[in-house]
Amino acid sequence: MATIKVHGHHLSTATRLVLCCLEEKQVDYELVVVDLAAGAHKKPQYLALSPFGVVPTIQDGDLTLFESRAIVKYLAKKYKGQGTELFGNSLSEEALVEQWCEVEGQSYNSPASAILFQILFVPMRGGTTDEAVVEMNVEKLVKVLDIYEERLSKSKYLAGDFFSLADLQHLPTTHYLVTACGKGDLISSRKHVKAWWEDISCRPAWKKVSEKSS
Amino acid sequence: MAAVKLYGPLASTATSRALACLLEKQVEYQLIPVDLKKREQKKPGFLAMQPFGQVPVLQDGALTLFESRAIVRYMAEKYAAQGTIGLLGKSLAERAVIEQWMEVESQTYNPPSSFLVFQLAFAQLWGIPQNQTEIAKNEKKFSNALDVYEKRLSESKYLAGDEFSIADLSHLPNTEYIVKATGKAELITSRKYVNAWWENISSRDSWKKIREMSEAGSKK
Repeated sequence: MATIKVHGHHLSTATRLVLCCLEEKQVDYELVVVDLAAGAHKKPQYLALSPFGVVPTIQDGDLTLFESRAIVKYLAKKYKGQGTELFGNSLSEEALVEQWCEVEGQSYNSPASAILFQILFVPMRGGTTDEAVVEMNVEKLVKVLDIYEERLSKSKYLAGDFFSLADLQHLPTTHYLVTACGKGDLISSRKHVKAWWEDISCRPAWKKVSEKSS
Repeated sequence: MAAVKLYGPLASTATSRALACLLEKQVEYQLIPVDLKKREQKKPGFLAMQPFGQVPVLQDGALTLFESRAIVRYMAEKYAAQGTIGLLGKSLAERAVIEQWMEVESQTYNPPSSFLVFQLAFAQLWGIPQNQTEIAKNEKKFSNALDVYEKRLSESKYLAGDEFSIADLSHLPNTEYIVKATGKAELITSRKYVNAWWENISSRDSWKKIREMSEAGSKK
């Protein structure tokens, strides 16, 4: 069977999500680096693969797929029974996984990514962090994390007492918030969120992906 | 089997997204209105079901589920054998492409179109001043996304392939408001393939029913 090709960048949060899922599912893959700094993702060759010009894109035989959250769902389904189960064990459990995946995609990702963008990416491009924008998004994220705190006081993981895609989806962005943006206190000040974060961020699959520097 | 309960006002795009799927799957339901003007969604009774205080919420027996796109996936999966068949594709690969376009809707189509709908259709009603700079920015973003949709739909009848799927369904509510309530209908109608796709999916029985229900509701 041909190895899955992942077109992306090892520092990109969306690429890391896909790589982590591949590691959890024990699937062989090859990372084809897309030079984001050089704008390779906006050039015709890449756009032919992925018309919105975003990373990552995977190639699995004849199938080309973009959108990291769609890719991880595909991998979780295709490799069911191998590696870590990521969708729960029943239709109801799967529904709750989908729900918390949507919460990540709709409510967590936007403020968290905005913070990352201001603190990490803007200076990289020679600009100045807009502290007001950071503050506004920290406030939004705090409201979401308060709800997570309540949820995780009743449930070991987001969708239930089992690790799932929903938890996995939070790894890449939260990792940068904690280790590169100085926002670790948002996590560590909340008892149950902290315990959850320590648990999921210590998983071998995540450690492998996040510790790779090239 | 007891009817599922869907909590939310029909005017909410997320509520009509979930309802469209219930209708496609011919699932018996009860639509329980939630008064957003009275902030019913932020009251303890509602927050006990949906801690983020957002509509809609689905109750199906012991299961309480929120996030319209999760509700759509669950209903399409649970009732795969009834109503419109093939909403999730016929293979893992087809399902993957459907999920890809669901994410495009969620991450790329929804943010700018929601912004435009709020600013152009609702802001004035609620006494909120319009932000022209942001309107222009979001119109550009939306337009750029639609150019990609135009190319895709020139090659494929529906977003994920030859059959209507939950990916197309997910786009119904925002597009309805864009076309009917923002004065920016030409974003859709000026694009040949996007327009044809829109005419097609919005003429489905499920969406016609939602339009009838909306009209009936607004005449009260």
